[in-house]
Amino acid sequence: MKKDIILAGVGGQGILTIATIIGDAAANAGVNLKQAEVHGMSQRGGDVQSNLRLSNDEIYSDLIACGSADLIISMEPMEALRYLPYLAADGRIITSSHKYENIPNYPRYEDLMKEIGSLPSAIALPIEDLAKASSLPKSANVLLLGMAAKYIEILTPEQLRESIARVFASKGEGVVAMNQQAFDIGLNAVKDK
Amino acid sequence: MIQRKLLLGDEAIALGAIHAGVSGVYAYPGTPSTEITEYIQACAPEVRSRWCTNEKTAMEAALGMSYAGKRALVCMKHVGMNVAADAFVNSAITGVNGGIVVVAADDPSMHSSQNEQDSRFYGRFAMIPILEPSNQQEAYDMMSHAFALSEQLRLPVLMRIVTRLAHSRAGVEVAAPMAQNKLKPDNERTHWVLLPGNARRQYASLVEKQPQMAVLAEESVYNSFKGVGEHRAKLGVVACGIAYNYIMEHNPQRLGVPVLKVSQYPLPEGAVKALASMCDALLVAEDGQPMAEEQVKALLGADYPIYGRLSGALPRMGELNPDSVGAAIGIEMAGSFNPAENVVPRPPALCQGCGHRDVYDALNKVAAEYDDARIFGDIGCYTLGALPPFRAIDSCVDMGASITMAKGAADAGIHPAIAVIGDSTFTHSGMTGLLDAVNDKSNITVIISDNLTTAMTGGQDSAGTNKFEAICLGLGVEPEHVRVVVPLPKNMEEITQIIRQEIEYKGVSVIIPRRECIQTLTRKLKQKKVQ
Repeated sequence: MKKDIILAGVGGQGILTIATIIGDAAANAGVNLKQAEVHGMSQRGGDVQSNLRLSNDEIYSDLIACGSADLIISMEPMEALRYLPYLAADGRIITSSHKYENIPNYPRYEDLMKEIGSLPSAIALPIEDLAKASSLPKSANVLLLGMAAKYIEILTPEQLRESIARVFASKGEGVVAMNQQAFDIGLNAVKDK
Repeated sequence: MIQRKLLLGDEAIALGAIHAGVSGVYAYPGTPSTEITEYIQACAPEVRSRWCTNEKTAMEAALGMSYAGKRALVCMKHVGMNVAADAFVNSAITGVNGGIVVVAADDPSMHSSQNEQDSRFYGRFAMIPILEPSNQQEAYDMMSHAFALSEQLRLPVLMRIVTRLAHSRAGVEVAAPMAQNKLKPDNERTHWVLLPGNARRQYASLVEKQPQMAVLAEESVYNSFKGVGEHRAKLGVVACGIAYNYIMEHNPQRLGVPVLKVSQYPLPEGAVKALASMCDALLVAEDGQPMAEEQVKALLGADYPIYGRLSGALPRMGELNPDSVGAAIGIEMAGSFNPAENVVPRPPALCQGCGHRDVYDALNKVAAEYDDARIFGDIGCYTLGALPPFRAIDSCVDMGASITMAKGAADAGIHPAIAVIGDSTFTHSGMTGLLDAVNDKSNITVIISDNLTTAMTGGQDSAGTNKFEAICLGLGVEPEHVRVVVPLPKNMEEITQIIRQEIEYKGVSVIIPRRECIQTLTRKLKQKKVQ
């Protein structure tokens, strides 16, 4: 099995943390992984993305080819659409519906959400509201990972949950518990989809 | 026991060097090379490693460590090779004692750079071996190979990587660490004193080593061949470095396409000729500039069909990817979705609360009072002052060019000619230009926007912190024209007034707006909270 995932967002939204958790789970499960990140200038409030490839076989390219991503996981709705040409015909978009408007020509929000809604397999949820409602405002990114967890398939939600414990271990039990709670909220939010 | 770690390409190089017994790492931060040195500083206290002032001082310090018999690593981004070039090229003439590996991290597609120069040309220019890993495991494995090769040939070795390897993570199997070399200086002065008489002998010895380098590349385990049986192929591929991955992604065996992987240079001409003899045409796939393609063309003659970046089979510029390489071997990657309608670019911007913002607000205000004020920019976060809402700078060329371009423009009659340079960039390459301006009594105003760190690359120590006033005075700027301000909105009146005064002064003035980078400040506060 292989899963090609594009993680998207705006610099500072925490997509590299999502990548770290999936990477840890893959390493522990013996699943091969390649994950290309963006560093440097683009992190200053610009668009950021990470190509994350998981496979039971050897992975060659660090980059995902056009039309072959199984999942786009995005912290921001316009950023989810930016990588649409990379999505496979049967691919899925999991995105936050909160816009991050730091540019003057941001598209009309209604048009943007309508376009996302018109795609065959897109799920958009207000992850920041969900995280805030449970007093977990800093864990919106892990909540989003929870939403995507059951679609990653090559890793189980339980494996990802265990990785959250390892990745946040140095920050204390409280932080681990908060992030696992956020993960579960995300997981439950898509239970019936 | 074999251990498996998840590492960035940069981290794999760092760990490879640590395990190869490196004694010193010398570097100036630059995307995408920075994480090599950061990893070593974090994980190997036994290795000497403090950020250098620039790439040239780094290269020379490495040469000193090599002279003393120990192994040294030098890391930089591709344009850093231009700064280090004098020391780099001459290190091939002196040769080495302890092994030297120079890692140049190229940035095709210019994700964070001002050009996409291909560092392999520097390796050819200096006539030394070049290694080009295709993946993270090779990047790790190649470090011990590179140091051994360097000591075997008594030459520095260049390792060339690209952004997609540097900043991509994968599982890497690591080996047991080796001990560092003992102190054993080279007492043969004729190697190191490059007077013409010695230099001619040393250069002759470098020329004599070329056939041996060619044999080593021909036999290298990193240059390998994947055939497709006995029958003649329509197309064969020479895949250099990371381009090998983009070819292999398409399973070329299935397509009847044989592949020669090249990860050690000089180009293995024997292997290329052997591949050509079993194919009707060759594709040369390489990230960066068409260096190997030109060499293959020269090797096989005008009648043999060769495809690549020069022929147009691959794009002439920008990084390769599975799509462009797939298309070049006849695979059309049909996307299922067209680009979305509701997407616009989201360029990076200076952080909210950043002191550079206040500097540009003040400069824009004062510049508007003159008919033809020009602001010469430099390399760093503050280059973002070129973008809206500031649109403040008229140039950004290379490290330090703000001061020297302002000087030249002032010489030509432009007034006011203002330079904006960051603290780390000033010590990297701005100080010498300031001395030129002082000596010539140039009518320029220099802003050293000091945020106490090398911010653009993630907050490394800056070589001149706490020394800027002393440096400027030492270079001869008049004490009353070295002014320090705190860039905050509440100080706007004072800052604009000082800029006006210094523009009106006919000579060199330096204004130092000083306030800590908002990113490093936030990080420090967070760390304090954890403690």
